[in-house]
Amino acid sequence: MLEIKNLHASVGGKEILRGINMTVNPGEVHAIMGPNGAGKSTLSNVLAGRDGYEVTQGEIIYKGENLMELEPEERAQRGVFLAFQYPVEIPGVSNIYLLKAALNAVRKYNGQDEVDAIDFLNLVRERMKLVKMDEQFLHRNVNEGFSGGEKKRNEILQMAVLEPALAILDETDSGLDIDALRTVAEGVNALRAEDRSIVMITHYQRLLDHIVPDFVHVLSEGKIVKSGDKELAKELEKSGYSWVHDAPEGQTA
Amino acid sequence: MTDESQQLESITQKEYKAGFVTDIEADSLPPGLSEDVVREISRIKGEPEFMLEWRLKAYRHWLTMETPEWAHVHYPAINYQDISYYSAPKKKDDAPKSLDEVDPELLKTYEKLGVPLDERARLAGVAVDAVFDSVSVASTFQDKLAEEGIIFMPISQAVHEHPELVEQYIGSVVPYKDNYYAALNSAVFSDGSFVYIPKGVRCPMELSTYFRINAANTGQFERTLIIADDDAYVSYLEGCTAPMRDENQLHAAVVELVANDRAEIKYSTVQNWYPGDENGKGGIYNFVTKRAACRGESSKVSWTQVETGSAITWKYPSVVLQGDNSVGEFYSVAVTNNMQQADTGTKMIHLGKNTSSTIISKGISAGRSQNAYRGLVRVTPKAENARNYTECDSLLMGDKCGAHTFPYIEVKNPTAQVEHEASTSKISEDQLFYCKQRGLDTEDAVSMIVNGFCKEVIRELPMEFAVEAQNLLGLSLEGSVG
Ligand SMILES: Nc1ncnc2c1ncn2[C@@H]1O[C@H](COP(=O)(O)OP(=O)(O)OP(=O)(O)O)[C@@H](O)[C@H]1O
Ligand SMILES: [Mg+2]
Repeated sequence: MLEIKNLHASVGGKEILRGINMTVNPGEVHAIMGPNGAGKSTLSNVLAGRDGYEVTQGEIIYKGENLMELEPEERAQRGVFLAFQYPVEIPGVSNIYLLKAALNAVRKYNGQDEVDAIDFLNLVRERMKLVKMDEQFLHRNVNEGFSGGEKKRNEILQMAVLEPALAILDETDSGLDIDALRTVAEGVNALRAEDRSIVMITHYQRLLDHIVPDFVHVLSEGKIVKSGDKELAKELEKSGYSWVHDAPEGQTA
Repeated sequence: MTDESQQLESITQKEYKAGFVTDIEADSLPPGLSEDVVREISRIKGEPEFMLEWRLKAYRHWLTMETPEWAHVHYPAINYQDISYYSAPKKKDDAPKSLDEVDPELLKTYEKLGVPLDERARLAGVAVDAVFDSVSVASTFQDKLAEEGIIFMPISQAVHEHPELVEQYIGSVVPYKDNYYAALNSAVFSDGSFVYIPKGVRCPMELSTYFRINAANTGQFERTLIIADDDAYVSYLEGCTAPMRDENQLHAAVVELVANDRAEIKYSTVQNWYPGDENGKGGIYNFVTKRAACRGESSKVSWTQVETGSAITWKYPSVVLQGDNSVGEFYSVAVTNNMQQADTGTKMIHLGKNTSSTIISKGISAGRSQNAYRGLVRVTPKAENARNYTECDSLLMGDKCGAHTFPYIEVKNPTAQVEHEASTSKISEDQLFYCKQRGLDTEDAVSMIVNGFCKEVIRELPMEFAVEAQNLLGLSLEGSVG
C-alpha cells in the first residue's frame, strides 16, 4: 500500500524529516507516537502533498505510484485521506455540500457518475450513525462553530463517506472526551478492512486500547527511532520518550 | 510567493465565454452626438412628441454637465463623438411579430449564450425580452402575460401602446438631471424593457431581459421601467454579455422601479459584460443608474446583483423609502479580477415612518483589480423609527488587488437605529489545502469557498439564476487565486 524510503523533508528551509523508512501493507493499522515537534504532522502533510513541504531525498510509493508526482487532490482521489489535527472552517459552505463534492471528485476519478441525491443522503445518514453525529451537522457550515470534539468526529465522518484506501489520522483522539473517544474509535474500527490501511498519529495509549494497532513506531527528531507491536506503546506510556532515546542504537527496529 | 499562491494566480486567468461576435447586418447611426442624432433616434422609433421633447431637454442639460470624478475608478476620458448611439440588426420590414420572424442568426446567438428564446424551450416560468445592441429583438410570453393585464414589452413598443404610462413614470424616479450618465441615457436611450403589473396581480412567472452588445463602437443605453401597482408582485431578472473587443464600450443604463401600496419588486442582475483582457485592454464601461421608489405604504424593493464583468463598474442601485413601513434591500456580490475596477454600492433614503433597509455587500478582488463599496444610508428628519443594517465583507485573493469601503451615514432623526459591520478576509491556504485533500481541484475549491462567502446574496436569487451566478463566480476567478 505505502512504502516510505529514506524520506527527508524540510519546511521553510529547515530539515524536519531526516530519513524515514516505513512500509504499510493493506489492512494494517500503524500507530505513530513521539514527542511534540518530532515531525509527525510534517510527515502527514508530506504524504498529503501540502505546499511548502519540500522532499529533499527519498521516495514515497503508494499503490505502486510515485506519490510525490501527484497533486494533493490527485492523491485524495486515489484514496489518500488525511484527518487533520486542526480541521479548517469554511464559512458559508455546508458540510453536506463539501461531502458531496468530495465524494463526486473521487467517483469522477474512478470513472463513476455523480452520486444520486437519494443514495447519497442514505449513505451519509448511515455513516453519521457510525460516529453518532446528529443530522443538523450536515447543514451547518464546515467546522464553523464546531467544538473541538465535533470537528474530529466530522473528520471521521468524511473518512467514512469517502472510504479511502489509506487513512492518516493526525491526533484524531486529542480533544475528545472519554465517550467521544470510544465512539470515534468504534467508527474507525468499523472502517478497518482488508484493503484499507490506517496510520494513526497519537500521544495516548488509551486510543490504542480501543483501536489496536498492528505496529507502533516512535518518531523523534525526524526519524523513526523505534518500532514494535502494541506492547511498545504500553512501555512508552510507563517510561516516557526518554527511554527510547536512552536505548542504544542497536535496539531500534 | 508560494506555489499555492501562484496556482491561485493562474486559476483566475479567465476565459470569457460570451466573447464571440455575431455576424449580422446592422443599421447603425454614424458615430457622433448632436441634437440631430437625438432627433434621428426618436424619428427612427416613430416616437410621440412628448418623448422627443424630453430627450432634447435631457440632451441640452447633459451639455452643461461634467463627468463625475468622485468614484474610485480611473480611465481615460471618453470621447462621446466616437460612439455610435444607435445600432439595430437589419430586419425585413417592421419589428418581428413572432419568433419565426426573428433572424435565425440572432436566435443562435442567444442559444449560445444559454438564453434560448424558443418559448417551448424556455424553462417554464421565465418570460424573456432580448435586447441586441440598441433594440429589442424578441419578447416571449407577451400574450400570456397580457391575459393577466401585465404589460411586458420593449419600452420602444410601450411608448406607442401605453404612452400615458410611460409619460407618467419615465424620469419620475431618476430625473434626467440626476447625473451625467442618466442625462446622456435620457437623451439617447434606444430600448429596454417596460413592465406594468396592475393592482392586485402577482406576476405568475419571472420576467427577464437579456442584454447583448454586439456591434463595435456602439454604446448601449437601455432604459428599463418597472411599475408594480397596489398589492402587485413581480420578480425581474437581468442578464448581460458582450463580445471581446480591444476597444472599451460604453454601457450607460437607467433603471427605474416604482412600487405602490403594498407592492413588491424583486430585481436581480447577473452582470457579465466583457471585462477586458488580463492587461486591462478592452471591456465595457458600465455606468448605470438604478433606483427604486417605494412610493406606497408597506411596499418593498429588493435589489440583488452579482457583478462579475465590465472593465469599470459604477453602479449604486438605490431605494427611496417614501411610504410608511416600506422596506428596501440590497444584496450584492461584486467580483473584480485582473485590471477590473468596480465602485458599487447602494443608497437607502429613509423618508417615511418605520422604514427599514438591509444592505449585504460582498466584494471579491483578485489580480490587480480594485473593488470599492460605496454606500449611503440617509435618515431624514421625518423618518421616525427608521432601521438599517449594513454588512460589508471583502475577500482578497492575492496581494496586488485592493478592497475599499466608503460608508456614508447621515442620520437626522434620533429614533433611527443604524448598524454597520465590515470585514476583510483572504482565502487561506489552509482552506484550499483542506478542500484539495478532499479531492477537489484548485478551481473547484476556490469556487466553493467563494460561493460560501457569497451565500447570503446568492440565496436571494431565483433558483435558475443562482446556479448561473455560482458558475459565473467560478469562471470569473478562474486563473486568479493568491
Ligand atoms: N512552516 C514551518 N516553518 C518552520 N518550521 C516548521 C513549520 N512547520 C513545522 N515546523 C516545525 O517542524 C517541527 C515538526 O512539527 P510537526 O508539526 O510535524 O510536529 P508534531 O510531531 O506533529 O508535533 P505535535 O505532537 O505537537 O503535533 C516543529 O519544530 C515545527 O516548529
Ligand atoms: Mg502534530
